[in-house]
Amino acid sequence: MAVPKTLGLETEYGIVHRGAPEPNPISASSLLINAYLIATHQAPEPGRAAVGWDFTDETPGNDARGGAPAGSLAPEIETHLVNAVLTNGARYYVDHAHPELSTPECADAHSVVVYDRAAELIAARSMEAVRRLLPPDEEIVVYKNNSDGKGNSYGCHENYLVSRAVPFSRIVTHATAHFVTRQIYCGAGKLGTETPGMRLDEAGYQISQRADFIEEEVGLETTLKRPIVNTRDEPHADAAKYRRLHVIVGDANMSQVATFLKVGTTALVMALTEDDAVPRELRFATPVAALRQVSRDLSLREPLELVDGSTITALGAQWELMAAARAYVETRGADAVGGEVAHQVLDRWEAVLGGLERDPMELAAQIDWVAKLRLLEGFRERHDLDFQDARLRALDIQYHDLRPAKSLAARAGLETLVHEDEAELAMTEPPPDTRAFFRGRCLQRFAAEVVAANWDSIVFDVGEGSLRRVSMTEPTRGTVAHVGAMFDECGSAIDLLRRLGAAGA
Amino acid sequence: MAEREQIRKPAPANRDQSVEEAPPASERGSDIKAQLDDLLDEIDEVLETNAEDFVKSYIQKGGE
Repeated sequence: MAVPKTLGLETEYGIVHRGAPEPNPISASSLLINAYLIATHQAPEPGRAAVGWDFTDETPGNDARGGAPAGSLAPEIETHLVNAVLTNGARYYVDHAHPELSTPECADAHSVVVYDRAAELIAARSMEAVRRLLPPDEEIVVYKNNSDGKGNSYGCHENYLVSRAVPFSRIVTHATAHFVTRQIYCGAGKLGTETPGMRLDEAGYQISQRADFIEEEVGLETTLKRPIVNTRDEPHADAAKYRRLHVIVGDANMSQVATFLKVGTTALVMALTEDDAVPRELRFATPVAALRQVSRDLSLREPLELVDGSTITALGAQWELMAAARAYVETRGADAVGGEVAHQVLDRWEAVLGGLERDPMELAAQIDWVAKLRLLEGFRERHDLDFQDARLRALDIQYHDLRPAKSLAARAGLETLVHEDEAELAMTEPPPDTRAFFRGRCLQRFAAEVVAANWDSIVFDVGEGSLRRVSMTEPTRGTVAHVGAMFDECGSAIDLLRRLGAAGA
Repeated sequence: MAEREQIRKPAPANRDQSVEEAPPASERGSDIKAQLDDLLDEIDEVLETNAEDFVKSYIQKGGE
């Protein structure tokens, strides 16, 4: 049986420190995040350490295939940089040379969109806050894209809770089929190419920001030789019951509809995989080449070769997966995939595939690569620009600018699924329906006693000599339904720990 | 230099099927064009003024 699809996003943002004599992206990222923490009173009191991240359980080197192949390089964890847990249950930190925000665990695709939008608002608030600390001619600017157009990429990772009982090879098969083809509605669009050996002008415009950087079918790496299916086996939950599928192939989306579909369809495909409900295996003859081909084929009509010698288009593969998902939900229900939200995902999925089949330009309010293409074409025509003109490249980058006054995506007429009020609230309030509720409430109520937190535990210091760790290895527990009343009744962290001890939680 | 490849627009298919219920094409077309014109006016206003420098200096370290 498919396990409930607990979901989340980790977004690394591009960062520019304008006007700085010697800009350094690491210190700019630290400054940005610290400015936000101070402005929102989530910074520590003087003389106290911040609520830090607890790395005790982090094992990014574990490989889902069991024993990493020789030569695999797991990313190293940097523990010395800013690393904060927010009251909404999110993690806001410096990763390599980027600010990164991981959403709290969410129970459905709609909730992911709420927390992804909240993350954009947090980034915008951070930029305002840091501006007040900088000299007037300096500014730190954050971009929600995945490439600098010069061969450097940074990721927007997705996470899906899946059952440990599923053979990993089956996950690889169906995930690959989905990831190669879902770009047609998840792609954020990019001018030019960054594939080594290809000239910049060989590809005019492509669907995905990331396809150029994907070089392997399956692997542990995330910073080099990036794979379609990442094998990091670090569930941040009961490892006997769960895997976490860590997805690194996707683009960060400005369109809420695209984010909704990206995580909603992938959660469905994972549930189908767990219950072995995909009617046939779509195995591409050359998956990495197919991924890049789909990214460059704006007609969406090119045939992709399968290992059995037959062919299918990206649209054809998506129609097939959508039909299988609909049949699955009709027969088995949608409990594991977000309930009512799964029905909305299916309807939206079908509508978008229909639109892409008729004319992709119909979807300029829903799909990022189409919205951006419309702006680029219109701007190019208006100013009679050469395709290599720097203004078009600037437009491509500025589509992803998170400053409200500068963002082109914010002006592109994109359909929204989330009210701004709901996203504002989600900047500080955790989702009610996952363990993130427990984490968020602990930080709202008892931050002074919380020494450290991570995805599956919280460490308290209540002055009783030894530290107390509360374990949260079940992502669907610790919700408002489970512990909401307990928080209302407890006046202190000691009360809470006593109650938890008595309840055996 | 002037004869660069244009940004390829996707080729619409089955367009005849979708036309039936739509408002008259000319009316709808001019409406869409007016919207795009407004949007392009805004882009003219907010786009980075020195695009060349901006694009050149947009350099990121690889991440993840």
